[in-house]
Amino acid sequence: MGTIAAERPASQVTTHLRRRRVVGLGALVLILVAAGAVSLAVGARALSPGEVWHGLFAAPESDQRLTEIRLIVETVRVPRTVLAIVAGVALGVGGALIQGYTRNPIADTGLLGVNSGASFTVVTVIAVFGLTDPFQYIWFAFLGAAVAGVVVFGVASIGRGAGNPLTLALAGQGVTVFLAAMTTAIALSDQKSLNALRFWNAGSVAGVGFGVIWPVTGFIAAGLVLALITLPALNLLNLGDDVARGLGVNIALSRTIGITAITLLAGAATAACGPIAFLGLMVAHVARYLTGPDYRWLVPYAGLLGAVVLLVCDIVGRLVVRPSELDAGVVVALLGAPFFAALVWRGKFKNA
Amino acid sequence: MNRTDVKPSVAPGVRLGQVSFVWRPWIVSVSLLLAAATFLVFCLSIGVGDFPIGLPQVIATIFGRGEQVDEFVIMDLRMPRALAGVVVGIALGVSGALTQSIARNPLASPDVLGITNGAGTVAVFLVTVSGGTAAAIVNSVGLSAAALLGGLGTGLLVYFLAWRRGIDGLRLILIGISVSAVMEALTTWLLVTADIRDVAQAQAWLVGSLDDRSWDEVQVAVWGTLVLLVVVTTAAFQFKPMHLGDDIAAGLGVRHSAVRAVLLLCAVLLAGVAVSAAGPVPFVALVAPQVAMRLARCPTPPLVASALVGALLLTGSDLIARAALPVGLPVGVVTAAIGGPFLVYLLVRANRR
Repeated sequence: MGTIAAERPASQVTTHLRRRRVVGLGALVLILVAAGAVSLAVGARALSPGEVWHGLFAAPESDQRLTEIRLIVETVRVPRTVLAIVAGVALGVGGALIQGYTRNPIADTGLLGVNSGASFTVVTVIAVFGLTDPFQYIWFAFLGAAVAGVVVFGVASIGRGAGNPLTLALAGQGVTVFLAAMTTAIALSDQKSLNALRFWNAGSVAGVGFGVIWPVTGFIAAGLVLALITLPALNLLNLGDDVARGLGVNIALSRTIGITAITLLAGAATAACGPIAFLGLMVAHVARYLTGPDYRWLVPYAGLLGAVVLLVCDIVGRLVVRPSELDAGVVVALLGAPFFAALVWRGKFKNA
Repeated sequence: MNRTDVKPSVAPGVRLGQVSFVWRPWIVSVSLLLAAATFLVFCLSIGVGDFPIGLPQVIATIFGRGEQVDEFVIMDLRMPRALAGVVVGIALGVSGALTQSIARNPLASPDVLGITNGAGTVAVFLVTVSGGTAAAIVNSVGLSAAALLGGLGTGLLVYFLAWRRGIDGLRLILIGISVSAVMEALTTWLLVTADIRDVAQAQAWLVGSLDDRSWDEVQVAVWGTLVLLVVVTTAAFQFKPMHLGDDIAAGLGVRHSAVRAVLLLCAVLLAGVAVSAAGPVPFVALVAPQVAMRLARCPTPPLVASALVGALLLTGSDLIARAALPVGLPVGVVTAAIGGPFLVYLLVRANRR
C-alpha cells in the first residue's frame, strides 16, 4: 500500500480491495490443489507423481506393481482427498454461518446439536439394532444431526423473539447437553456402542467410499447454494434486527434458510467423518481477519480455508505415526489450536 | 408495571456500615426458595439408602440431636457424598456465573477454560496407559489428585497464555477453547488406542460421579470452596459496575482489570475444586447461571442464585440417580439430562410471553 486510501477516489479503493480479495481466493485455490496432489502421493506407501498419474489415468495394465498402485490411489487416496475437501468446505462455511447467525464469536459447527444428534443416533442404532458397519449407520447419523438441528431451530422459533441469536445459541446448548447425556448413558451400559463411539468421536476422512461421498456431497452442495443465497441478508442481519428489518430483510425467512444451510452442511460432514470440532470456529476467525466482516467474502474464504486445513491435517496424520495413522479430527486440534491461539494472543481478532 | 407512571422506579437500598446493596425482593425470595429446596433435597438424599432414615430423624441428627445409630450412618457414611454434591454444585455455579459474566458470553463456561478437559486428559492417560510410571503415580497420589493437578495446570496455562497487559474476556475464551481442543483431541486419541476395558473406566470417570466419596476427598473441596467464596464475595461488589463497560467502571473507581483477573482466577480454582470432589461433571457450570438468570429475572448471571441452582441441580440429580433410576448412572449424566431440557423449557416460556 504505497498511498493512503483517502487520497484515492472511492471507486479505486473498492477495486483495489476487490482485486486483493480475488487474488487471495486464487491463492487459496492453488494451495488447495497443491495439497490435493500431495494427498494422492502420500501415505503408508509413498508414491512418485508419475505413479500417481498412472494410478489415475493409465489404462489397466498387466503389470502387478502398477495395478497395485492403481488400487491404492483409486480406492483409498482419491476418496479421502475428495471427502477432506468437501467436508472441509462444509465445516468452514458452516462455522462462518453459525457465528454470523448467533452473532457469537465462540460458536462452532456443533452448536446446533448436529454433533450430539449424530453421536446419539449412532450409539442408539448400535445398541438397539446391533449394527457394526459404519456404512450402515452413516445415514442414521445424518438423520440424527438433521433432527437435532430442526428441534433446536424449532424451539428457538417458538413465540416472540423468534430465532433471536441468543435463544438459538442457548437452545442449541440445551439440546446438545441432553443428547450428550443420553449418548453417555447408552455407551456406558453397552460396550459395543462405547467401542464404536470412541472411533466415531475421533473424526476421520478415511475409510469412506464414493457410495457415501457422492450423496453427502449432494447434501453439502444444496447447503452451499442456500448459504450463498442468504449472504447479503446475513450482512444486514449483523447490523442488528431493527436495521435489517428497516432495510427490507425478511428476517424469519433468511434465518430459516441460513439454519437449514448450517444443518445440511455440518450434518452431512459430520455423518461422513464423525464430529470434527474446532475447525469451523477457527477458520471463521481466520477468514474474518483476512477479508473483514463482509460475509459475501468471508464465507468463501472460510470454506476454502476449511478444505485446506482438513486436507493438510489428514496428510500430516498419515505421516506422523507411520505405519498407523492419526485421525484428521485429532490433528486439526493438535496442529490448528496452537496456531490459532498464537493468532489470538497477537490480537489478530479484535473485531471478532 | 404501570405504563403511565413517569417517575423512574428506584429500588430501595440497604446499608450495613461499609457495605451497601440494592434491596430486590424477587431475587431474595427466589434465592431463599432455592436454598430451602436444596436443603430439603440434601436431607432426603441423606435419608435414602439401604438403611432408610426418615426426614425428621435426618434433620434432628444434622443438628446433633439424633440417635447413635443414625448419627453413625449419616455423619460417617452419607454426609460426605451429600455435602460433596452441594459444594461441587456451588463451586460450578459460581465458576460458570463468573466466566459468563466476564466474557459477556452465555456460551462461556469453565469447560472452555481448559480445566475440565485438562483433568480428563490426565485421568484418561493414567487409566489407559498401563505402564509402570502411570500405575506408580495413581498409587502414590491417587487418580483424582493427579487429574486435579492436570486440570489446574491446564487452567493456569490458559490463564497465563491469555494474559497480555491484563485479561480480556474474548481473548481468554478463544485461547481456552484452543487449549481445551488440544486436550480433548489427546483424550480422544488415548481412548482410540486404548484397550476397551480401560475405555469404560475412563469414560465413567469423564462423566463425573459422587459415588463412594470419603471425608478426605470432600474436605479439600469444602474448605477450598469456602475460601474462594470469600474472595469472590469481596470482589463481587467491585464487579457489579463492570457490566456497564470498562470505561464507566473505571470512572466509578473500579480497577477493572485487577478485579477481572482475580475473579477469573477464582473461576479457574473453583472449577478445579469441583473436579477434585466429583471429577469433571459437565454442563452444570454452563446451565446453572443461565437458569438462575431466568429464574431471578436478572440481566446478568446472579452469583448467589447460580450457586444455589448448581447445588440443587447436583444434589437433586444425585438423589434421582440413586432413588428413582433402575440402573446406576453417574450423577453427571443425570445433571445434563435434567439441566439441558430445563434450560430449553425456560427459553420457550420466556419467548411465549
